[in-house]
Amino acid sequence: MNTLEFTLLVGMGSLLAGFLGSLTGLGGGVVIVPMLTLLFHVDIRYAIGAALVSVIATSSGAAAAYVKEGYSNVRVGMFLEIATTVGALVGAAVALHLHVSVIAIIFGLALIYSAFSSLREKSEHKIDVAPDRIATWLRMDSSYPTPEGMAPYHVRGVPLGFALMFGAGVLSGLLGIGSGAVKVLAMDQAMKLPFKVSTTTSNFMIGVTAAASAGIYLSRGYIDPGIAMPVMLGVLGGSLVGARILAGATVRTLRLVFGVVIGFLAVEMIYNGFAGKM
Amino acid sequence: MTTPDLRQDQRMDEIMAVLLRSGVSLAAGLVLIGGIVYLSRHDLPAINYRVFQGEPQELRTVSGILREAATVHGRGLIQLGLLVLIATPVARVLFSVVAFLYERDWTYVAITVIVLALLCYSLFGGGGL
Repeated sequence: MNTLEFTLLVGMGSLLAGFLGSLTGLGGGVVIVPMLTLLFHVDIRYAIGAALVSVIATSSGAAAAYVKEGYSNVRVGMFLEIATTVGALVGAAVALHLHVSVIAIIFGLALIYSAFSSLREKSEHKIDVAPDRIATWLRMDSSYPTPEGMAPYHVRGVPLGFALMFGAGVLSGLLGIGSGAVKVLAMDQAMKLPFKVSTTTSNFMIGVTAAASAGIYLSRGYIDPGIAMPVMLGVLGGSLVGARILAGATVRTLRLVFGVVIGFLAVEMIYNGFAGKM
Repeated sequence: MTTPDLRQDQRMDEIMAVLLRSGVSLAAGLVLIGGIVYLSRHDLPAINYRVFQGEPQELRTVSGILREAATVHGRGLIQLGLLVLIATPVARVLFSVVAFLYERDWTYVAITVIVLALLCYSLFGGGGL
């Protein structure tokens, strides 16, 4: 394979990943690392560097739209970013010392989790949650647009959410993913934020978390322009097209198919990790 | 403590959206131009990414990338675009610091300054980790 063929094939794969990722809400970043390592036999460290870059691109692009619509809770996001950026720095530092097989196995497990969590049923309406002392002090309570107008909500479980966010940051720095699934878990389950607020605030945070890890990967020489170029342009282009297509009934089926693909990739990553083939 | 002015918040959100979109567009443009230069000048048969070597020093640091991009090298230009992309969320946090200062929300000024410091540490001093 020469440079041009490599660039075009990786670009097309990334375009598809970005398109499906944005349509299903799973994000294109999660399949980039398995695609590059399993299909193109790229070293996992280069793959993680390229995936991080694509995560920043799609998250910043999407966040621009969500922030404007008034869904994301900027205060909650900013406060939790302390936890995710510290976590991302720790994760990126740990990744430099871990064997690539170990990273591959952890990656596979994280993939399985994100595939499962995307299939979980989402309940938008919460039973009235009482105000919380820390959340009130941090002025996190807010309101978000619903079909019936602006609905106010209270935030709870700040310490638990903060701890989970640290974990999300570590995973992001270690694996080069946005770890949106863990972020949503922290806000939706632990902090009782409305689901739409959780997903959009998570998206808003992903760019900052990924930027914290990307700085370290860049200065360590893990971001290769020849790989990152087709990945970034492909994922960004694919996600822009995906966002323009109206979500319909087919999305459910598509999400299921994409979930199965991710599950398959996860098993392959774990197998390769144990077999020492990474 | 005063409640934040909703109209003010909305205006800040709109500026933030423009900031994010321009950062990503500028980065994508630089990467695209760099990619075209890179592919048109590249006549090596194949690159082996299977073996990890790490990038040369001039593609790792902010100053090195700026020097490389100034000579219109494809790889340097791509790396400059990626640097702009990484800087976009940093700029967003910086903007939030200013926005919270404007609202005189000292708690959140402190929170955003901490996040900003962590990001700057990663970008400028992360190689030492």
